[in-house]
Amino acid sequence: MKGGSMARRGKSRFLASLGMTNLLSAMFVHCVLAIGAAPSVSAQVTARRLLESGKEPQNWLMYSGDYAGRRFSALEQINTSNAAALVPKWAYQTMAGGKFEATPLVVDGILYGTGQDNRAFALDAKSGRPIWQYQRALPADIRPCCGRVNRGLAILGDKVFLGTLDSHVIALDAKTGNVVWDVTAVDYRGGYSITLAPLVIKNLVIIGVSGGEYGIRGFIDAYDAATGERKWRFYTVPGPGEPGHETWEGDSWKIGGAPAWITGTYDPMTNTTFWTTGNPSPSNRGEGRAGDNLYSNSLLALEPETGKLKWYFQFSKHDEHDYDATQVPVMVDQGEKHLILQANRNGFFYVIDRASGKLIYAKPYAKVTWSDSKDASGTPIARKDASPTPEGTRVCPGAAGATNWMSPTYDPQTQLFYVTAREQCDIFSTAPQSYERGHAYYGSAYFPNDDAAPFTGALRAIEPGTGNIKWEWKHPSPTWSGVLSTAGGLVFTGDAEGNFIALEAASGKVLWHFQCGASVYSSPMTFAVDGKQYVAVAAGSALFTFTLP
Amino acid sequence: MLTLELDPRTLRRDRWTLRWSCVLAGFALVSCCVNGTWLLAQEKNPFAGDAKAAKVGESQFRANCAFCHGLGARGGGRGPDLTRAQKRHGNSDADLYRTINEGVPGTAMPPNGATQQGVGMTEEEIWQVITYIRSVEKKTDATTVGNASHGKELFQGTAGCSTCHMIQGKGGRIGPDLSTTGSARSTEYLVESVRYPSKRLAQGISEAMKEFSQEYETVTVVTADGTKFMGVVLNEDHFTLQMMDTRENLHLFQKDTLKSLEKSRESLMPAYDQKMLSDKDLQDVVAYLLLVGAQ
Repeated sequence: MKGGSMARRGKSRFLASLGMTNLLSAMFVHCVLAIGAAPSVSAQVTARRLLESGKEPQNWLMYSGDYAGRRFSALEQINTSNAAALVPKWAYQTMAGGKFEATPLVVDGILYGTGQDNRAFALDAKSGRPIWQYQRALPADIRPCCGRVNRGLAILGDKVFLGTLDSHVIALDAKTGNVVWDVTAVDYRGGYSITLAPLVIKNLVIIGVSGGEYGIRGFIDAYDAATGERKWRFYTVPGPGEPGHETWEGDSWKIGGAPAWITGTYDPMTNTTFWTTGNPSPSNRGEGRAGDNLYSNSLLALEPETGKLKWYFQFSKHDEHDYDATQVPVMVDQGEKHLILQANRNGFFYVIDRASGKLIYAKPYAKVTWSDSKDASGTPIARKDASPTPEGTRVCPGAAGATNWMSPTYDPQTQLFYVTAREQCDIFSTAPQSYERGHAYYGSAYFPNDDAAPFTGALRAIEPGTGNIKWEWKHPSPTWSGVLSTAGGLVFTGDAEGNFIALEAASGKVLWHFQCGASVYSSPMTFAVDGKQYVAVAAGSALFTFTLP
Repeated sequence: MLTLELDPRTLRRDRWTLRWSCVLAGFALVSCCVNGTWLLAQEKNPFAGDAKAAKVGESQFRANCAFCHGLGARGGGRGPDLTRAQKRHGNSDADLYRTINEGVPGTAMPPNGATQQGVGMTEEEIWQVITYIRSVEKKTDATTVGNASHGKELFQGTAGCSTCHMIQGKGGRIGPDLSTTGSARSTEYLVESVRYPSKRLAQGISEAMKEFSQEYETVTVVTADGTKFMGVVLNEDHFTLQMMDTRENLHLFQKDTLKSLEKSRESLMPAYDQKMLSDKDLQDVVAYLLLVGAQ
């Protein structure tokens, strides 16, 4: 209080000394001074900085930390020898209910985050104090599947980009949170929403949509970062005359789903962006959509300037178990091999050649009963008797999957791939359902199979060369936390019981943990300001940061 | 410099306030209208008895409710059997609407749209679900099951139930409170729980953001000084255990300080066979639970 009043007095004295009692004249002078100042304020995050994000490990410039989707940081101040001493530094409360799934960005000491119900905020990354806050006024009749969530922002120049629950893409001024542009991607009343963090490549903001539970027709869009003008759209369900259209029965393609609701990755060497897609609609009923249902549950290699498809790989053909392939496709190079690694929701770990899209191998990393054979390419194919029945049939993994949207991480030091695995089997049942625009369209029900209880989970460290599990760390119940790895020899993850945990990356030994007070439903990240490293994670309604004392 | 930067910020704050005032005013207007409609619509089911609406409601039920309440609304391990005419949180259409739309505080029943499963429902869809629930309801009351007053005697006396279970504030603590179980579970479930208590362990604490509730698992620990405690798990995470021993003492442990910790899905409750509790006596106990649950 005392400090505040002194500051106010100081300000009036200063104004008086300048003879500026008029606010407008102060504004005028400010503008003149600003114009004359060094142009460090504009285009602070260039496309080149995004490409070379590895050169500035103190910053976290995109959803997965880098274009390769590794969620690995070269910061090593917090490491295996001192992690046990980590302490909370600050918490930022959104005061919003529901799942807080976002990964923040940090650029030059400022943290940019999103929260539930399309909140966005910029904080002093050292103190947690807000610089600006934004919340979108959402229509009353949005009904996004699975929570009013958002997973984060993308940044380019002096703008941050947000996808909204009413299916808009908006650009906010990075310094004020003011809306710079706002475009409608699609009419949300058709069951569409956007929950992912966009990906910026060059001058384009690339996003995908959610809505696989509503019989949407999925797509991936690119917008001009400067103006919001849409540059291209790639429909993840091909229309008449397009390759892949023949994989849909009758008119089922029109409501075929295949939403792209997790952020993609980008390979600058081949100028290819990799995106993944979710389930065909209705999720648990194959009747009426005979065929492979391309490009549902697929990995897509697209040319960023045009959205042209280079190749695709479909993980789960004609899916009836909601096995979205919406897990970040992680780029890893091993000698001459350029790979994509994905631990899929369907329980298999896939290693794919990044140049051709050809499968190298697929191996279970969790309990799998939906498939017991593979086709000639080695792709697992579904058992006929795993199809949902009217009475219900037990299938593993369950509908939430062996993993889900929470990020895995690849640590180039240990050369291990770490993923959150969920061990839960469900009873899948099906029933006819007619499509009605904007209404839930599952054709099904699913619920946990009590005979398979207790449901558990584990953080698993997978050797990409073999698919073998090097170590695992068991969770008491299935968790929705992602994983971060750092050059300090650490992996960070959370659990459903509210713990945020640091483990030794090489062995899985727990070094530290903190009780956040609510389940961790997000993927952690790390950053540094003024030479001090912080680790951040969202849990409950709060974003927590930790550092060394 | 400080001053020059502060002044425009003041202006901006004013714009911010104005903008939000407008937004809030608009929101208030919309809310009134929406709430007004709801108040009218919440009282009476516009689809009552409509078989077609019940069918649509079944689809919604499967997508939004079956995860806990099971197929056919017969109850799962998590949610009550909704085919029972007597609902714990009210039987009228308006009660059901409120329960579905607003959830039940203090229970695992979330507000509409806030489940981890399913997508949330419109007002119309909620009424369709209610229509569906009405179409599968069965009439069962305590008298058709057994003699509730004899059941109460057994519960509090020779059957020994109240040693471990509390009803309306009386009884033991080591097992779940059964005051509302009669309204939440099918009679088949109640019978099974007495005859085969380990088959499906009862649910304990539910945490807000956690998918699965803690179960009444049996736990045996030996502390560093060699003291042994047996009881039920009240809650646990990877690092800690909160338990109640068979003498109803609470114990709060850091797991890494214990000499040993063993958990079992073999319930502490004895399996009541025919000798311990005849079919007829069991029916009487169930009748008592149903009667209490309906209160």
